Amino acid sequence: MTQSPESIQPYLRPNTLRPTVFWRLAEDIPPRLNLAFTVASIGIPLVLWWLVTTLGNVDPKFLPSPGQVIAAFGRLWNSGELLQDTVASLWRVGVGFLMAALLSIPVGVLMGSFASIRALLEPLFGLVRYMPAPAFIPLLILYLGIGEEPKVTLIFIGVFFFNALMVMDTVKFVPKDLIESTFMLGGNRIATLLQVIFPYVLPGILDACRINLAAAWQLVIVSELIAATEGLGRRISVAGRFLKTDEIFVGLIVIGVIGLSFDLLFQYLLRISCKWASQKR
Amino acid sequence: MYLKINSLHKNFSTKNGPLVVLKDINMDIEQGEFICAVGASGSGKSTLLRQIAGLDRPSSGEVRVDGKVISGPGPDRGMVFQHYTLYPWMDVQKNTEFGLKLLGVPKKVRREQASYYLSVVGLTQFAKALPKQLSGGMKQRVAIARALASEPKVLLMDEPFGALDIHTKESMHEFMLDLWNRTNITIFMITHDVEEAVFLANRVYALGARPGTVRKEMTIKLPNRNSSVKRHSTFHDYRDELMDLMRQHGKEAVAMA
Repeated sequence: MTQSPESIQPYLRPNTLRPTVFWRLAEDIPPRLNLAFTVASIGIPLVLWWLVTTLGNVDPKFLPSPGQVIAAFGRLWNSGELLQDTVASLWRVGVGFLMAALLSIPVGVLMGSFASIRALLEPLFGLVRYMPAPAFIPLLILYLGIGEEPKVTLIFIGVFFFNALMVMDTVKFVPKDLIESTFMLGGNRIATLLQVIFPYVLPGILDACRINLAAAWQLVIVSELIAATEGLGRRISVAGRFLKTDEIFVGLIVIGVIGLSFDLLFQYLLRISCKWASQKR
Repeated sequence: MYLKINSLHKNFSTKNGPLVVLKDINMDIEQGEFICAVGASGSGKSTLLRQIAGLDRPSSGEVRVDGKVISGPGPDRGMVFQHYTLYPWMDVQKNTEFGLKLLGVPKKVRREQASYYLSVVGLTQFAKALPKQLSGGMKQRVAIARALASEPKVLLMDEPFGALDIHTKESMHEFMLDLWNRTNITIFMITHDVEEAVFLANRVYALGARPGTVRKEMTIKLPNRNSSVKRHSTFHDYRDELMDLMRQHGKEAVAMA
């Protein structure tokens, strides 16, 4: 004999979900509020920095004021050193990242499309991915010396394996029906790969590249801390040695701004090249 | 016979040994027929369609289209899937042309061909729209236009209206009958919807479940093919007979599960 269950009436609360603006879950907030928060996100730390250095009695060797950092920026810019450092770092990232992307995109698409190639390469790539790229530095110096080659190779190693595996993952999301439709329309495997799988995963590829460009940008700084005559990472380590804290700040801010610009550029490329993939109608 | 299925068997190997999904399927379909294979889940109807499409190989037996044994997927059989399979980055025109492009048809010819079939499915003014801007029924019409553009010998449809709401479904039924009358193409469609099968097909194969077999073959003769015929007693007789068949086999399947 089954008993009727205990009453749940005491647990049933009458109140419904209250409306909110700030705590909206998985929903947009009003665009004006969004803009205000975006400004505050950068503005509040800037104001706090300015207040602490102006009102507080802080040694500029420890924390320079915004004005001192701007002055240092002007100094480095006018001497041409900043531009030279920036170009050197950008060149290393550009070469290393482009080579890694150009190789890892086709390799990743092939790994995602063919179980055979995946079985051949995924174990190796999965292993190498967990070896931190900076740990390769001693080997790279041993094999390639201390010129540009080890720095570019470091970026290549740090990007290639991650990017290949991330591109491979995006290929898994191609619906099987879409591939079979293509076969039914008379498409062979190469046509399906080039004309269906590749365009379908292109937004995912651009997104993987965007994420891994951030990694490349971090690695160039690491590589320059070891042995370099110019570069933003080199600038920071030299400034540290001479306690030029304001120049460390200049280096950090320039690195951050350039990285963010790359990110926004990729987002823009994604938006204009893959309109079909955008969430909004 | 135009589409011929000869003693087709299909087994899948599972952990508990081989599973017989299709057992001794025989079908003979003439050119210009509209065939529906109707069955409950577990009747192997999707598996059957995949054998005809060539996306899967039968364990034994064969499928012939126009005398030729099917050994793989190909454009002589147009296929419309249940889920929308348009290429999301191509507009409606490019989607419709894509099969012809794969076949190497020159640009001008394929554009005209695609435009013709878009007008057949009534979507000429949506040629520049992206798939995500279309409703479910419109997407399926584009998929049908895309399949027809390659002038296949037979149009295969895998529960193509299963995801549509009842009103869209009814207008797609009328659209399909109209299309069939105008193009005289051979259509082989699978569905679990008995009314859909009786309304559309000139012949219905009722499939039994576990393993999938042909339980009954039924020629449908309705006084007309307007939606009013669904109130006609002949329609009800066909429907009830098929429903009884499926109910019976449904019980067997549940008892075995």
